Amino acid sequence: MSKTPPPAELAKISHQPPETPWMETPVEFRPGTWCYSGKPKALEALGLPNVREWSPPDEDWKLPEGWQKIIYEGFKDRLNKYRSLKIFMDICVRCGACADKCHFFLGTGDPKNMPVLRAELLRSVYRKDFTTAGKILGHFAGARELTVDVLKEWFYYFYQCTECRRCSVFCPYGIDTAEITMMARELLHLVGVNINWILEPASNCSRTGNHLGLQPHTLRDSIDSLCEDIEDVTGVHIEVPLNKKGAEILFITPSADAFADPGIYTFMGYILLFEHIGLDYTMSTYASEGGNFGLFTNQETMKKLNAKMYAEAKRLGVKWILGGECGHMWRVIHQYMDTMNGPADFLEAPVSPITGTKFENAKSTKMVHITEFTADLIQHNKLKLDPRRNDHRTVSFHDSCNPSRAMGLFEEPRYILKNVVNNFHEMPENAIREQTFCCGSGTGLNTDEYMEMRMRGGFPRANAVKYVHEKHGVDLLSCICAIDRATLSTLMQYWIPMVEVAGVHELVGNALVMEGEGERTTDLREEDLADVEGEEDAV
Amino acid sequence: MSAIEVGGKNIALDEDGFLADIGDWNEEVALALAKTENVDMTDAHWEVVNFLRDYYAEYKIAPMIRILTKAIGKKLGKEKGNTKYLYELYPAGPAKQACKIAGLPKPTGCV
Repeated sequence: MSKTPPPAELAKISHQPPETPWMETPVEFRPGTWCYSGKPKALEALGLPNVREWSPPDEDWKLPEGWQKIIYEGFKDRLNKYRSLKIFMDICVRCGACADKCHFFLGTGDPKNMPVLRAELLRSVYRKDFTTAGKILGHFAGARELTVDVLKEWFYYFYQCTECRRCSVFCPYGIDTAEITMMARELLHLVGVNINWILEPASNCSRTGNHLGLQPHTLRDSIDSLCEDIEDVTGVHIEVPLNKKGAEILFITPSADAFADPGIYTFMGYILLFEHIGLDYTMSTYASEGGNFGLFTNQETMKKLNAKMYAEAKRLGVKWILGGECGHMWRVIHQYMDTMNGPADFLEAPVSPITGTKFENAKSTKMVHITEFTADLIQHNKLKLDPRRNDHRTVSFHDSCNPSRAMGLFEEPRYILKNVVNNFHEMPENAIREQTFCCGSGTGLNTDEYMEMRMRGGFPRANAVKYVHEKHGVDLLSCICAIDRATLSTLMQYWIPMVEVAGVHELVGNALVMEGEGERTTDLREEDLADVEGEEDAV
Repeated sequence: MSAIEVGGKNIALDEDGFLADIGDWNEEVALALAKTENVDMTDAHWEVVNFLRDYYAEYKIAPMIRILTKAIGKKLGKEKGNTKYLYELYPAGPAKQACKIAGLPKPTGCV
């Protein structure tokens, strides 16, 4: 694995473009800037073609015979199938509004990370193969042949896009660059060009129901272990139901919440909340993953991995589904699930059993985001909260890309935070809400061999955190995404080591006053609370 | 794909030097892997590696660090049941170094 340069060195970013024209500047596969190739085992499990051992820096990528024709046909199919792709290929006027909005461009200075130019990598081939002007005028009309070097360029730069869609917010035409990247990755899959960090979780999920590959007994034991920890901190004994038929609500969250630090503390928050309100719910060992690395693979894989949510809801006979703090999961649910695997007519339009609130926004998908659910509980005064239990922390909130830009979830997490945390400070307005900066490691790029690029891509986010850290003493960055919880932790360790990362429901869990609880001296991480008595005296 | 030679046999490794096939593991291989990490294996090191292997045999995944520290704490006393103790043994991180020596694959997903 490559060694990542120190922060002081990485922060020296040159925005001077190379001297050669962009079409004549080939990719250099420098360690730290690309991900390992998909392993044969994962490709076979997912039924993907051209299974072989290969590595991106290799001269010969062992492409299948007639690979240009395979891509041409695949491109043609997709242009017919997705009208959005055809429009996005045609309408860009190269105004440049997107150019400096991309975290990878800001963190690398590489012009091909300007979303307009990244898309142009694909458009140039589109023009050559599918437009009259491009066919006749070639280079003069911005068209070019698909060569091995172009394919390598696609691989390099379409895996330097996290499909975060910040650029799309600024595009006057509303071009969704995430969809362009999705299409480029689909085309690359057709010739067996892909990365293992996406395919192995997708393959695990296809086999065992979750990205980590947790089998039912592993999940059971892991959750029981977390319940023991909760009992140590709160004195409250909780049991989490799994695969319980006839429960009212099925709860689905990323598997990393049950098995990886610091997601486990978010998980403790969820189950303390459910216990607090006496919710009739169950989790599932089959639909045991909120995330969907199929979204980063292709449409078929996304559909297959998503299908288990409705299938399990039907099998267990629940009324509706509650979803946890995951990012891209909500793009899949909010924008694709209903037409892809729905309609889920066997479920009911979600109604909170505690407040009676009908979640009109979710009546089609039958799936409610946990921050909507919890914000509604607080609004109806159904939770006993002591926010002073988070007084040892000064908190900010990172809007995770997909919940913010794919479903407009801005107010609910903030409303919750304002009720469970006393010390809260926002980052600057061009770094939050719909303008939020990506963690730099989304869409399955959260792998170690890609660390330099992750730290570059996360630089704008880290910079905004640094600002509130220095101005207000922020030492905890909250978020509502499992990839964020893992990757922002690494990002903070690199750029601002004094800041830790937490899910919103971890802070809810700290603040919840449970019936029959013991005296709380620590938070869920077993770190000492602030001197609550002393603070009261000071008021 | 790289390889490591142990007892005259070539053992395949992945890009980061983890065993490509966990079935290739034995104590001799573990010592060779420890050498690539500059770790001198003492009884304390073996305790962690053996726990990891037992856990993997049962659950088919490396344990999260909290489960590891809890198990060590229960077995060896509370003062050793923490990440500090594990980092003393495996300075580059127990998740990476100890798992590699134990022959376990890296976990994937949102981790």
